[in-house]
Amino acid sequence: MTAGADAIVVGGGLHGCSAALHLAMRGARVLVLEKDTVARHASGVNAGGVRRLGRDLAEIPLADAAARVWHAIGDLVDDDCGFQPSGQVKIGETEAEMAEMAARVERIRALGFAHEVLIGADELRERLPAVAGHCRGAIVVDGDGHANPFRTTQAFHRKARALGVRFLEGTAVRDLARAGGAWTVDSAAGHSQAPVLVNCAGAWGAAMAAKLGEPVPLSAEAFMLMVTQPMAPFVGPVVGAWGRALSFKQLGNGAVLIGGGHRGLADPDANRAGVDVAGLAASARTAAAIFPVMRHAAVVRAWAGIEGETPDKIPVIGESATAEGAFHAFGFSGHGFQLGPIVGRVVADLVTDGATDLPIEAFRIDRFAN
Amino acid sequence: MTARPDIAVVGAGPAGMAAAVAAAEAGAHVMVFDEQPGPGGQIYRAIETPGPAGDAVLGADYAAGRGLSRAFRDSGAEYLPGATVWQVSPDREVGVSVDGRARIIKAGAVIVAGGALERPFPIPGWTLPGVMTAGAAQIALKASGLAAADAVFAGTGPLLYLIVDQYLKAGVPVRAVLETTPWSAYLGALPRLPGALLRAGKLRQGLGYIRAIRDAGVPVIRGVSGLAVAGDGRAERVAYTHGGHRHEIAAEHVFVHQGVVPNVNLTRSIGCRHDWDPAQACWRVATDAWGATDVAGIFAAGDGAHVGGAEAARLGGQLAALGALCTIGRIDAAVRNNRGAPIQHALAWELRPRPFLDALYRPAAADRVPAGDDVVVCRCEEVTAGEVRATAALGCLGPNQLKSFCRAGMGPCQGRLCALTVTELLAEATGRPPDAVGDFRRRPPVKPLRLAELAALEPDDTDGGDAGP
Ligand SMILES: Cc1cc2nc3c(=O)[nH]c(=O)nc-3n(C[C@H](O)[C@H](O)[C@H](O)COP(=O)(O)OP(=O)(O)OC[C@H]3O[C@@H](n4cnc5c(N)ncnc54)[C@H](O)[C@@H]3O)c2cc1C
Ligand SMILES: Cc1cc2nc3c(=O)[nH]c(=O)nc-3n(C[C@H](O)[C@H](O)[C@H](O)COP(=O)(O)OP(=O)(O)OC[C@H]3O[C@@H](n4cnc5c(N)ncnc54)[C@H](O)[C@@H]3O)c2cc1C
Repeated sequence: MTAGADAIVVGGGLHGCSAALHLAMRGARVLVLEKDTVARHASGVNAGGVRRLGRDLAEIPLADAAARVWHAIGDLVDDDCGFQPSGQVKIGETEAEMAEMAARVERIRALGFAHEVLIGADELRERLPAVAGHCRGAIVVDGDGHANPFRTTQAFHRKARALGVRFLEGTAVRDLARAGGAWTVDSAAGHSQAPVLVNCAGAWGAAMAAKLGEPVPLSAEAFMLMVTQPMAPFVGPVVGAWGRALSFKQLGNGAVLIGGGHRGLADPDANRAGVDVAGLAASARTAAAIFPVMRHAAVVRAWAGIEGETPDKIPVIGESATAEGAFHAFGFSGHGFQLGPIVGRVVADLVTDGATDLPIEAFRIDRFAN
Repeated sequence: MTARPDIAVVGAGPAGMAAAVAAAEAGAHVMVFDEQPGPGGQIYRAIETPGPAGDAVLGADYAAGRGLSRAFRDSGAEYLPGATVWQVSPDREVGVSVDGRARIIKAGAVIVAGGALERPFPIPGWTLPGVMTAGAAQIALKASGLAAADAVFAGTGPLLYLIVDQYLKAGVPVRAVLETTPWSAYLGALPRLPGALLRAGKLRQGLGYIRAIRDAGVPVIRGVSGLAVAGDGRAERVAYTHGGHRHEIAAEHVFVHQGVVPNVNLTRSIGCRHDWDPAQACWRVATDAWGATDVAGIFAAGDGAHVGGAEAARLGGQLAALGALCTIGRIDAAVRNNRGAPIQHALAWELRPRPFLDALYRPAAADRVPAGDDVVVCRCEEVTAGEVRATAALGCLGPNQLKSFCRAGMGPCQGRLCALTVTELLAEATGRPPDAVGDFRRRPPVKPLRLAELAALEPDDTDGGDAGP
């Protein structure tokens, strides 16, 4: 029996840590239950891309608000999280792609967002001298960039702890029950009670939601990354491609991190994510096509992290549609790292004020009900 | 990508060669991969193309490998030299690079016979140029007849004396041998002597090396502790404690060695279960009597599974071949048991002296876990023992968390050179047994793979989906 909490957060990933931190900043006593260790899953092993570029229209206002937090991340968590505002670039390889990209930039401009900018071949080569000759142009977002995911999640964890949040690691939540205006959470640590429950269980989020009687068709995916031996510096910004899956960046030590949505084998029950060589080969082809210098790189390690993906590839954020005092933030579908600092604030808004000033209608859990 | 061997063997040392011979004899289609240019493994390195060193220098044990390598060549097993295996998947797909081309070969069973590695020897100055392992010094001698004169050899284990002996036979002067076997190890080993005496020949061989070294006038200083190498940008001198006093010897080459341990990178990356072996203070893959791991169709044999020396590796290879043949349905269990019984008997006999040798040559705790905080533990990322201890003090319990916190084990060697030190350091710092502390997760590729080769692998229908940059 763990006593005296105002809120219990399930999951010690970036979203659980951020929600806990923001609740604590408003004076709440928070308990976080994490089945493994903080940052063990997607939040600790992702590509660290801090990207507004190319977001689903519904996510843009959140991503835009998050970007502002990222640029002053030290004010929030007393650590710069390794954030490098080196920019993000999404490359077009054909004229047809360039036309689609121009339409995209126009479309979000009409919504009032000016961060995405279309550039032509000359400027692309100026920004990325190593890019392959066939690339036609790109959408760029200055001020986007990348951060160190493990360090970021640990910074949120540390700051939350400093504000009194209690974390129990190695503590899996097994069951939830609501009675007399309070949740009783059954875990390896016994029964814990609090009026508020926050589900930040990542790829396991649907299992929690199911306990509240609101099923979500979430699939657990093993997104893969690989890293090379250090190379001489040749690229600053994070690079993606419009027409194929790619996420590409060179880290401070010269190593190149290559990802881009190819999937390995996820076994969420066993906590395992394995790599699939065919998918890695596809990533390697894309990387070598866009940066010919990469042909000489040596891959030294590949890994996968488990992430929850929804059918519409945007997360579930908001109040439970079935249970009182329960809130969700999970299923970030491969791009929730950048959103971490803001979604925690949204959750705290909902818990403490019952509303938030950011648009989250699109993320309602009951969108899957019919 | 067309070949589908019944049995794939990784490694053409005594274990891999013997496995291949036994499996091919039974009619199986066998493919053997080894990154070296010729068969032989560590002990019989360059056995088909002996360098200037020759049999007279390398000894009778070395020459004995020629029979096995001939049988291997004649066995009908398909052998690919210069073939680096960078992945084996749990469903027995072998990812291998030959001549700059990567391939995936699916086998009915895989026998991992990748051999051992020298145990890390984390002392002050071990990263200085001029310091290398005695095994690396032996490789230079075997492969190209190259040897550095007036080196100091330091450490413990039977191989150390063998290599010094080989140097002397090659006419290369050796400055001194600093033996780090702690006195307590002699006492610890004593009760295990009777079992070992049954194989007195083996023990006599070891004593023979020591006598030869002494006869050659090389000082052998026993019971040495506190080894440290120092110098300005490279090794210039070795310091050590002996008889309660610090001493120093000038040396530009210092060859260190404290035994060999299984190389678990491949079996770990497959996901096989591993246990801590307290006698040899290392991880070893869990297998049954036929070398079968807990992953179906994946076998392990030789010093990569359990350090027992070349003859034990050869026998273990034969047993794994029988196990694999049975798994793929080439022979039934009765035949396997029948053919295996005499081999198992011989293996038990071969391993008789092991408990004694393990106890005698167990490196001192202080040589496995550096006392000083400035000693580098992870060479790739230059992480010191002090940093590991500080991270443990922050609440980091295991090697994988440690990796994220301070990058230890993140380099291209994937922990091959620091994993044991890290496990034992964390065990000491957190007061938990090594088994509870665990080991680094190893990820494919277990050997660096050129991106162009990976890119050239056949396209497939993997759904790219929405990127998560
Ligand atoms: C390889 C990879 C690359 C990525 N790259 C990027 C990128 O570049 N940019 C970007 O924005 N996003 C990226 N993402 C996505 C991003 O990592 C995730 O969206 C984000 O980390 C999700 O955080 P989370 O807290 O929801 O999930 P997680 O980090 O998975 O945390 C959920 C936690 O809940 C715990 N848990 C689950 N069930 C229970 C239970 N019953 N009891 C107790 N605890 C439980 C889990 O153990 C886990 O630690 C990537 C993801 C991967 C896998
Ligand atoms: C440096 C060193 C020197 C040694 N010298 C001697 C000696 O002189 N005398 C002695 O009695 N014992 C020596 N040993 C002990 C040795 O382990 C055994 O005697 C014996 O060689 C073990 O046989 P094995 O078949 O298990 O492995 P090994 O003989 O080590 O053979 C393993 C083979 O697998 C190959 N291999 C490993 N991983 C891969 C991969 N991923 N892809 C492709 N190929 C791979 C290696 O190239 C190697 O040829 C030495 C050990 C080491 C580490």
